[in-house]
Amino acid sequence: MSPAEENAIRSSARNGWLLSLPALVVLALAASGPLLIVVYYSFLTANDTGGVIRQFSTEGWRAIFLSYDIFEDRYTLADAHLTIFWRSVWLSLATTALTFVIGFPTAWFIATRPARQRAMWLFLITIPFWTNLLIRTFAINEVIRNEGILNTTLIWLGVITEPLRIVYTETAVLIGMTYVYLPLMVLPLYATIERFDMRLLEAAYDLYASRWTTLRRVILPIVKPGIIAGSILVFVPSLGAYVTPRILGGGKKMMIGNFIELQFLQGRNWPLGAALSVLLLVIVTAALLVYVKVANRDRSQGHG
Amino acid sequence: MAERGFEISRLPGFATVAIAAFVILYLPIVTLVIYSFNASNSVAVWGGFSLHWYGDAWANQAVKDATVRSLIIGVSASVLSTTLATLAALGTTRRRAYRGQTLIYVMINQPLMVPEVVTAVALMIFFGIIKVATGYQGLGYLIAAHTAFCIPFAYLPIRARLESMDLALETAAADLYATPWATFRRVTLPLLAPGIMAGAMLSFVISLDDVVITEFVKSGGQDTLPTYMLGQLRRAFTPEVNAISTMLLGVTVVLLTAFFLLTRKKD
Repeated sequence: MSPAEENAIRSSARNGWLLSLPALVVLALAASGPLLIVVYYSFLTANDTGGVIRQFSTEGWRAIFLSYDIFEDRYTLADAHLTIFWRSVWLSLATTALTFVIGFPTAWFIATRPARQRAMWLFLITIPFWTNLLIRTFAINEVIRNEGILNTTLIWLGVITEPLRIVYTETAVLIGMTYVYLPLMVLPLYATIERFDMRLLEAAYDLYASRWTTLRRVILPIVKPGIIAGSILVFVPSLGAYVTPRILGGGKKMMIGNFIELQFLQGRNWPLGAALSVLLLVIVTAALLVYVKVANRDRSQGHG
Repeated sequence: MAERGFEISRLPGFATVAIAAFVILYLPIVTLVIYSFNASNSVAVWGGFSLHWYGDAWANQAVKDATVRSLIIGVSASVLSTTLATLAALGTTRRRAYRGQTLIYVMINQPLMVPEVVTAVALMIFFGIIKVATGYQGLGYLIAAHTAFCIPFAYLPIRARLESMDLALETAAADLYATPWATFRRVTLPLLAPGIMAGAMLSFVISLDDVVITEFVKSGGQDTLPTYMLGQLRRAFTPEVNAISTMLLGVTVVLLTAFFLLTRKKD
């Protein structure tokens, strides 16, 4: 390689960095950088009036799982916290499962439409996807609340006499999260099903496979990367959900996101809130790394 | 009579579930829009068509202030993030892969990966320290936060547009003795314009819709439309929020349609 070429490559790389720099500075100051402060705060001592005292302590981390009993002078398992974690995890898993059960047939339906119609159906999925989460949560709340459309219709039809009390229960949060995160499941599933070779179905049916066997033994294994991608894309925001459980859970059925808020905005225990944030971040990052790995493998295996 | 053909890709029940899914997705939103025009005070009872909730929202000073604030933040964040994202997209495409390029990608996309509530907490602590140190309490913090999380949304369509652009046109301009700056301004920028417009619209929609980060970062009396709505939901329910939601929804749908038209691949 001639020195001139080498210089050109070097200056191209330098210009690349210089052009990206302004964006990186803003991101470092107002997005990634402050995350480090959260790690630092998780190792400080809580101030009873809110905020922190700059003194090293692991109390914030310990408080995630243990609470101190002043009367017996010993640590006991923090049941209230564990209830919230457990609720967050199972609601997120249940949301993922429900969005899959509804989302898979939907994605399949879109992918098997004639090419001209497909764009229209996809657009119908993307509109809710980009619509304000708050508005969508609010809209589903209108439907399921005690005097909402669901109850008034059911009473009018004579199916029930007393309104179903759905809001402020875990069921309400589950319905709400399934509703708001459904597009996140459909879009990656659609992307993999669209590349699915329908001739494989012919082959399966020629070999006397039933529809169910074909679904289980041919379709699902091949679209697995899409299933994993969709599941993670739904699971991750569900686990960190804040708006939906706040509105539909009504402060009683808190999830981790709301619990973190409680530690900060109500000024309860900042180091605990910081430790919880770091923990949430670690879990989410781990899930996303799996996603990236699967997505890369999918891409390298993809043909056409 | 011809029998209905054995459709190879049809799976029993799938179409039914799919249609049900579309109905479930749209029914609540459509209901919300319809009932924002309800004359009656109750959500469940239809009392005829009326615009009085829109009138109420418009007469409410808090709503007016929140709207203005949302627009100031949205426009500033959209302009700033699109400018920064355009530069970054120019710096990360159409050149030989260089050291640190992956790091740049990761940093740009990082806001998409961190749970919003974690970023919100981090910014609340960090900006809180700056607020105490400088005494500045203005909208600058919200604009900075919105600019940062809008950057990846602005970056994606601009980068996609750059990657699909034909380098030959710029080479031709250079061959005709155009200076690099003239080539950029007269050839690259006009070709890139639809991508930039798309990025600006997307980041405006994202900024306009943000609840969580705004809720944590705002100082007292700095409600935007979404945080105002969240505050109202905590209190008694008012159909006024329906009216505000419908207006926000309208803005989103118009901008998204424009976005899709701008980024649509030419057949």
